Amino acid sequence: MNGTRRRFLEWSIGVLAATGVLTRAREAAAADPPDVPPWMKSPGAGFNEYGAPAKYENKVTRTFARSQAGTTGSGAIRTPLEALEGTITPSGLHFERSHSGVPDIDPAKHRLLIHGMVKRPLIFTLDALLRYPMVSRVHFLECAGNSQLLYQPTPPTLTAGQTHGLVSCSEWTGVPLRLLLEEAGVDPRAPWLLAEGADAAAMSRSIPMAKAMDDAMLALFQNGERLRPENGYPIRLFLPGWEGNMSVKWLRRLKVVPAPIMTKDETSRYTDLQGDGKSLMFTYPMEVKSVITRPSHGMSLAGAGLYQISGLAWSGEGRIRKVEVTTDGGRTWINAALTEPVLPRALTRFRLPWRWDGAATVLKSRAVDDAGNVQPERDRFIAEHGSNAIFHCNAIQAWSVAASGEVKHVYA
Amino acid sequence: MSMRELACAALALAVTGCAAAAGRVETPNLGRPATAAEIAGWDISVGPDGVGLPPGGGTATKGAIVYEQKCQACHGAKGAGQPNDRLVGGHGTLASKTPVRTIGSYWPYATTVFDYVRRAMPYVQPQSLTDDDVYAVTAYLLNLNGIIGENDEMNAQTLPKVRMPNQANFIVIYPRRER
Repeated sequence: MNGTRRRFLEWSIGVLAATGVLTRAREAAAADPPDVPPWMKSPGAGFNEYGAPAKYENKVTRTFARSQAGTTGSGAIRTPLEALEGTITPSGLHFERSHSGVPDIDPAKHRLLIHGMVKRPLIFTLDALLRYPMVSRVHFLECAGNSQLLYQPTPPTLTAGQTHGLVSCSEWTGVPLRLLLEEAGVDPRAPWLLAEGADAAAMSRSIPMAKAMDDAMLALFQNGERLRPENGYPIRLFLPGWEGNMSVKWLRRLKVVPAPIMTKDETSRYTDLQGDGKSLMFTYPMEVKSVITRPSHGMSLAGAGLYQISGLAWSGEGRIRKVEVTTDGGRTWINAALTEPVLPRALTRFRLPWRWDGAATVLKSRAVDDAGNVQPERDRFIAEHGSNAIFHCNAIQAWSVAASGEVKHVYA
Repeated sequence: MSMRELACAALALAVTGCAAAAGRVETPNLGRPATAAEIAGWDISVGPDGVGLPPGGGTATKGAIVYEQKCQACHGAKGAGQPNDRLVGGHGTLASKTPVRTIGSYWPYATTVFDYVRRAMPYVQPQSLTDDDVYAVTAYLLNLNGIIGENDEMNAQTLPKVRMPNQANFIVIYPRRER
C-alpha cells in the first residue's frame, strides 16, 4: 500500500504542475472604464439545451489518480474542493469511486430484486419506483478512503481536493428503503441485508437492517436530475453518513440475510488495520472532519491584509456543532461562523475573516459534532491508530503560510 | 374559510393523523412476485456459513491450470502479485511498518474468495468461470498460502470449514463503536 500511495503522490505532483492549480490574478485592464467591453457591442450566444460551466472555468475539474493496472475503471476521481464554495457539489464534479467501470444501464431494462428472508420476494421496474412516495435530503457522501494520504509519514504536496476530495454533497431524492422492505414483508428483526450493484464487479456490501429501516434511501435523483451514471444511475442505495462504499451504486439486488455475507469489500477492503496488527471491521459512520479549502495547498496569498478563510466540515454522526480555526499554529482557536442551514450528515461551510500580518504561520481547523466528537490532531490520531490503515482518517489538516504567501501542506 | 373547506381540512388532518399514528406511508404495491428460478439466476452471494455455495468442487492441482490461464497475467506467477494485487504470503507482516495484505495473511473468510472470484474475476470477463473452476482456483490460492493441502477438494461442504489464519484479529465495531 505504501508503494501505491507513493505512485499516486508522484503522479499527482506531475498533474499539479501541469494544470497549474494556483490562484491567478485576472488579467487587468482589458475592460476597464471608460471603454465599453466588446461583449456589450454585439448580441450574445443563443440557448443551450443543457448548460455547461463558463469556458474560463475549464480548469475546475476532478483529479483522477490512476486506475488499477490494465483497467480503466477501477479507481477514484476527486472533487476539486479548493475551487468550490457553498456546500452543494455540482453533479459533474461529485467524486467517483468505481471498482470495475461505469456500466451503461438501460433504465427500461434495469430491475431491482428484493428477496431472502421476506414473505414476498419482489421485482421492481424503474417506472414502478418512480410512483412511490419520495423524500429529498441534503447529505454528504464520503469514500472511506478519503484523506488516506495523511497516514503517510510526509505531508502530500497536493491540493485540498486531491487530498480530501473523496467527499461531496448533494440533494438526494428517492424512495425510503423501508417502504419497499415493508411491501416485501420483511421481518423487521431480520438483522442484515446484502446490497449488490449491477456493475461488472457486482460490488456488494452487507447492510445492518437497523440502518435500512431508519434513513436508508433508494436514490433516483441527485441535485434535481436523475443520478449521474458514475454515481449509480438509475438507482443507488444511499446510507446517510456512512462510508460511501456501502451506498451501493447501480443497485439491482437486496437480499435479507441472517448474518453479514463477508464480501470482499467488507473484509479484505474497508477494514482498518491498526498499528498492533488487529483490524477494525464494520466501521460505518464517517468521523467528524473539517478542512480549510481557502487558502489551501498550492495557493498563494498576495501580501499582508484581510482574507476570508473558508472551509468545509462534516460528520457522519450528526450535525456540526462548531468549527474552531487557528491562524497561529494552534496557540489560539477562534469559532468560525457556520453557514445556515447546518444540516445533519451534510457538508457545512465555515468562514472566518483573517487579517494576515505577513509573517509565516500555520492554519488549522477543528470540527466538533453534536454527538460531542472532536476532530483529532494528526499526531494523536496516528499514535492511536498507527499508519498502516487506508480508511477512516479524520485527522486535522494543517496548511503553512510562508512569508512569501505560498500555502503548503504541513504536519504541524 | 367556508364550512366546506373547514370540513375538508379537518378530514385531511384526520387522514394524515391516522397515517402518522400508524407510522406507515401508503405505498402502491407495484413490485411483481419474483419466481424461484428468477432468484436463482441472480443470487450469487455466498456467506461464511456456506449458504449459497453451488454444487461442484475442485482442487489446487486443477486450480493451478485455471490460474495460469485466467489470473496470472494480472496477479503474477503463483499469486506473487504485479501488476495487480498480491494474493499469497505476507504472513506475520500486519503489525510491521510494511504490512502485506493477501488472501493468506489478511482475509478472514475462505468463502469470500469463492464469492468474489465468481462475481468479479477475471476482471475483463466477470462471471465467465464455471463453478468447478472457481472452486479449483479458490483451492489453489488457499494451498499457495499454506492453508489447505494440494489434494484437498474445495466444495460446498469443505470450503466453509476452512479456518483463515487472520480471522481472530478482526474486531467488529458495529453496532457499538469503540474507536
